Amino acid sequence: MNISKVSGLRLLEAESMEIFREAVTTARRPVLMYSIGKDSSVMLHLAKKAFFPATPPFPLLHVDTTWKFREMYAHRTRVAAESGMELIVHTNRAALEAGVNPFSQGSSFYTDVMKTEALKQVLDERQFDVVFGGARRDEEKSRAKERIFSFRGVGHRWDPKVQRPELWNLYNTHVKSGESIRVFPLSNWTELDVWQYIKQEDIPLVPLYFAKERPVVERNGGWIMVDDDRLPLLPGEKPQIRSVRFRTLGCYPLSGAFESVATTLDAVIAETITAQCSERQGRRIDSDRPGSMEKKKQEGYF
Amino acid sequence: MAVKGPEESTRPATIDADVSTLRFITCGSVDDGKSTLIGRLLHESKCIFDDQLQAIETDSKQYGTQGERIDFALLVDGLQAEREQGITIDVAYRFFSTEKRKFIVADTPGHEQYTRNMATGASTAELAILLVDARKGVLTQTRRHSRIVAMMGIRHVVLAINKMDMVGFDLAIFNAIEAEYREFCSELKFSSLLAIPLSALEGDNISQRSPNTLWYLGPTLIECLNAIEVDTDDHAATLDTPMRLPIQYINRPHQDFRAACGRIAAGELKVGQRVSILPSGVRATVKEIFVGERAFAMQSKGESVAVTFAGDVDVSRGDVIASADFPAEAADQFEARLLWMAERPMIPGRPYWLKLHCKEVTATITEIKYCVDVDTGTHLASKTLALNEIAMVNISLSQPVVFEPYSRNRTLGGFILIDKLTAETVGAGMIEFALRRASNIQWQKLEINRQAREFIKQQTASCIWFTGLSGAGKSTIANLLEKRLHADGRHTYILDGDNVRHGLNRDLGFTEADRVENIRRVGEVAKLMVDAGLIVLVSFISPYESERLLARALFAEGKFVEVYVDAPLEECEKRDAKGLYAKARRGELKNFTGIDSEYQPPGAPDVHLFTSRMSAEACAKHILDWMG
Repeated sequence: MNISKVSGLRLLEAESMEIFREAVTTARRPVLMYSIGKDSSVMLHLAKKAFFPATPPFPLLHVDTTWKFREMYAHRTRVAAESGMELIVHTNRAALEAGVNPFSQGSSFYTDVMKTEALKQVLDERQFDVVFGGARRDEEKSRAKERIFSFRGVGHRWDPKVQRPELWNLYNTHVKSGESIRVFPLSNWTELDVWQYIKQEDIPLVPLYFAKERPVVERNGGWIMVDDDRLPLLPGEKPQIRSVRFRTLGCYPLSGAFESVATTLDAVIAETITAQCSERQGRRIDSDRPGSMEKKKQEGYF
Repeated sequence: MAVKGPEESTRPATIDADVSTLRFITCGSVDDGKSTLIGRLLHESKCIFDDQLQAIETDSKQYGTQGERIDFALLVDGLQAEREQGITIDVAYRFFSTEKRKFIVADTPGHEQYTRNMATGASTAELAILLVDARKGVLTQTRRHSRIVAMMGIRHVVLAINKMDMVGFDLAIFNAIEAEYREFCSELKFSSLLAIPLSALEGDNISQRSPNTLWYLGPTLIECLNAIEVDTDDHAATLDTPMRLPIQYINRPHQDFRAACGRIAAGELKVGQRVSILPSGVRATVKEIFVGERAFAMQSKGESVAVTFAGDVDVSRGDVIASADFPAEAADQFEARLLWMAERPMIPGRPYWLKLHCKEVTATITEIKYCVDVDTGTHLASKTLALNEIAMVNISLSQPVVFEPYSRNRTLGGFILIDKLTAETVGAGMIEFALRRASNIQWQKLEINRQAREFIKQQTASCIWFTGLSGAGKSTIANLLEKRLHADGRHTYILDGDNVRHGLNRDLGFTEADRVENIRRVGEVAKLMVDAGLIVLVSFISPYESERLLARALFAEGKFVEVYVDAPLEECEKRDAKGLYAKARRGELKNFTGIDSEYQPPGAPDVHLFTSRMSAEACAKHILDWMG
């Protein structure tokens, strides 16, 4: 006689909760990377479930490039207040003051300095040894090979060739001084799982994920939103109003929107199922050079 | 180019959030087409997006091995190093879904040196797709992978006989490979095995029935994956499986709330259920079950829960909550299968961290019983274990852990070993059974008696009584046996005739009366020691049957083991290690057993050893086996 099998989303949820609980039992200073997007939102929701009725025993960390959408900043403020968790916001101030921006030096350099370097700065400064990230294995090829508990050597480097074998649900949480672990509770989730879970659990999201008429310009076959007056318009570019939404959110000048009329979760889920392009296609940093995500990860990018 | 259009899509229009998930692995020899098969599965279930397809079209020209065709393997060979070398060096996880199921695929490497990664992929899988190249048939590598798959507890295998297009879709070739494989795997105890003729490259029998194999009447690969019923554990999926909840984390936000958190490893947890907290054995009643902020009356295997109990209950990480009627066992010594995963060899006696469910303790391998040759399945002797070697070992822990055999429950029977210096994960093990049992621990009724002392020593106390002529080999065997027991972590003591006569019995001579008193005293001392929980080895000539019966009567049934160390008098006299026979013959020693004093051989000894025919080692081993 078979009992009711725990299936689909419930199994993913249970696994993620197990990962959170396991990581904090040996962590000295855990932190949750909160990037304001849908995956971070799901991750935070799972953390709350894992530790209810206590507040999750770690702060939220946002590595802020200062180029996020305004709606993202508003959402961040709201979520941090509701969670009761400390919110740490870190920006690579030196680089910002030196004039690094998403336009002048290329997206690759910008990402390296404002995201990867900035992240390393704050991890070193605060001595975090366990860092929760929202990466999923279905997102990108090198992520498909990363462990759930992903070990980082001195300097936050990831060496894909010497990953610790990870069997069953037994995670090796031992680290030596100067080393740290990136923990990915959503490793086994797909984009569709995330959306279905958001619906099931009624998780609040940044409205940018839903279609709305927004001012945009067309660049490289995608729509870039004119979120504020910092976006330099190229010759001939004129903002126009289109009904668009975003599949992933990052820095607004680097996040491509696409035309959509999906204003509800059901409509978004339907679009996700029939999508012909991958989620990260709107992200420009993945494709600047072959194996680019693998290289970024080796240097410490999430 | 063999890419099919979207009109042939098997991608569902809607996907129910509650469909089940099947985790499987693909394995096989190098170049059998594993990555190509996964790429094909993703493609046919429309889980490859246009931009990804475009990216691999570009990559195919640079790295591909298929000329102008799309090389689907490039979809899954994610790391730059792999692409450059055209090989798979690590486990990749891939995701696709049909309207029936979601799938998580572990693509595992075929190279021998990456066996550990295959075991990693297999550890969370319920089914294995084993690829065989139709041109090459069953290879050493196929057998190796099959053994690893079986060892990791996978019970369902699909034998994907691939590259059928290269052999003209020949039924005879398919049949021959299937027959050979079935014969080979009969010893591996898979509960299902299905052979499917495939061409991963061309798409035959992946989702569409192939017109090239009209002789094949079975399901396509996708049909098989959609329909197969899998259970990883023998009993874990049935209602009558006793509940097991390893405790991971104690949630205590304030004084009035204390919940034990963990993921249910077997059975069903219910409010009001009577449970045992192991290893302490304390009984408790489940008060509330939470998942997040929601309270539930019942939760089952696979769920992460937070549980509160009625009244004050002491629970900590590493404990296991089990149904009170069927508590799990705790032990600190196991026989286990061990896969070594590190470059530095495993050396018996070296301490490692052992992590089993949520418990971490120090462990040492006390003995390598044998190494398994994964190519042939034969057992080999070995002193150390090298990378990717598999062995049956005895393992000894610093403290008892709650467990179940791996074949019954993966969560309570699977462990990893962690190097204490480098912090690397160096071994993966699967518990076969405990070397000493301590079932059904119930502390609450505890008096400090023999059973209680036996329990903390994790052993069964007994008196092993060696009788026989002087020089028959009693002390030699008793010493060897004690060494073996000690190495296994047992607590022992030897009472030897000569030693006792120097102290406790120094007032006794060798008259018949003194001999009787000698045995009585030794019997009483041995009895006290057995009551203290020790395994006592008594090595005395003890020539008279009546005194041996007297000694036996001091002990509970089964606690007295009479070992008759039997050697002919001439043989003993010839050995005469202490020169006593010579003295007796010369008349310098009176009442010497066998010369001028009688030896009464035991009528029905528990163990009868003939030392003229067996070595002392063999005798010690014989007793050890007899003790179980």
